[in-house]
Amino acid sequence: MTEKLYEISVEVNGVRCEGRVPARLSLVDWLREELRLTGTHVGCEHGVCGACSVLLDGEPVRSCLMYAVQAHGHRVGTVEGLRSPEGGLSPLQDAFCEAHGLQCGYCTPGMLIAAQALLDATPHPTEEQIREAIGGNLCRCTGYAQIVEAVLLAAERSR
Amino acid sequence: MKSPAFEYTRPASVAEACALLARHGADAKVIAGGQSLVPMMAMRLVRPSVLVDINEIDALKYLAIEPQEARIGACTRQVTVERDDALSERIPLLRMALKCVGHVQTRNRGTVGGSLAHADPSAELPLVALVLGARLRLRSASGRRDVQAREFLTGAMSTALRPDECLEEIGWPAWRERTGAAFMEVSIRHGDFALVAAATQVALDAQARCTRASFGLAGVGATAVAFPELAGRLVGTKMEDGLVEEVAHAAAKQISPGSDMHASSEYRRHLARVLVARTLRAAREKAASA
Repeated sequence: MTEKLYEISVEVNGVRCEGRVPARLSLVDWLREELRLTGTHVGCEHGVCGACSVLLDGEPVRSCLMYAVQAHGHRVGTVEGLRSPEGGLSPLQDAFCEAHGLQCGYCTPGMLIAAQALLDATPHPTEEQIREAIGGNLCRCTGYAQIVEAVLLAAERSR
Repeated sequence: MKSPAFEYTRPASVAEACALLARHGADAKVIAGGQSLVPMMAMRLVRPSVLVDINEIDALKYLAIEPQEARIGACTRQVTVERDDALSERIPLLRMALKCVGHVQTRNRGTVGGSLAHADPSAELPLVALVLGARLRLRSASGRRDVQAREFLTGAMSTALRPDECLEEIGWPAWRERTGAAFMEVSIRHGDFALVAAATQVALDAQARCTRASFGLAGVGATAVAFPELAGRLVGTKMEDGLVEEVAHAAAKQISPGSDMHASSEYRRHLARVLVARTLRAAREKAASA
């Protein structure tokens, strides 16, 4: 039996993308495997680790807890979309490098999405607000301290 | 962990959603935020053959604050409720509880109705619904019916929803007296499932005498549990610390929490007593300064 395919049209990082997907395909699998946007990582696949965080209509969500077909008609932003218009790293990404906000890098795309969403809404967050914003993102390397420092550094530089 | 195959439907109206549920019955499942349903499907704990996606039904997304109650559409995002200052002013328990529900990413997608329909024994919103005596409006192709929270929550992950019904609206009673509320929970990490959660709301008169009280616990049984008789003992008193301790002690005696890898039954009972006492005192103080 072949699975029924559903037509979808999603704006990904500002570009309209069309697809034909089985209903059960998760949004993150579509982004990675069909669009080859492999910056978004798949961790736990059941909504616990936060590695797959993307922006849905500007708000961070877990892309493993959505089916691609549900994104039809919506805007999705991934870590690839964070880069500066000139093509280099964004100020937040630069700050992660400088503050050593990553080691293995697996959680980093999700951390960047969560932190960027925070900075977009709250340009100068407190440490507590930062910890709340990344509370749904697991990191097994850094102990989180440098990630918080990186976000503070990015916020400070935007003054 | 990939979900099994299913047929996807995206109704544009509640009537259309109800028609789909009437047609497919128990083979169909409503998907709202999907923050619990999608993991359960990925783990193959549930295998609906049809998903009825209500996310694009705008008629299920609203928040109306009225003198007697706040009416919230079932598909309203948790974050919308959490951020609404006017609502928090009228029904403070909602924001307090939502701060403990998952994380930013899950509240952006998760819905108020979804949390109630899922009815996890440790979930925060069913507890608040029970403590406030919320009214849940269920709709099917044959009509609507209103069910009180205590009748709606029938067991662990079980509700009064029939296979052909969907949740349409939740009415949260607003207390108009001098009111104080408190919500507290203990979990291993903030945002995780609560080991035990407590929600309390009290009203005081001008002499700081309690005129109305309601409190409840989640995580201590198959459903959230409220203690109307014990709360009644507080009415007419000044809710002195000694009485609060007595009531909390009595509440902890009435429950039989389970043991699991996260916490023993004894520890949950201990948390229940401590959290009931703390929320009662905190709610009293808030009402006194209201």
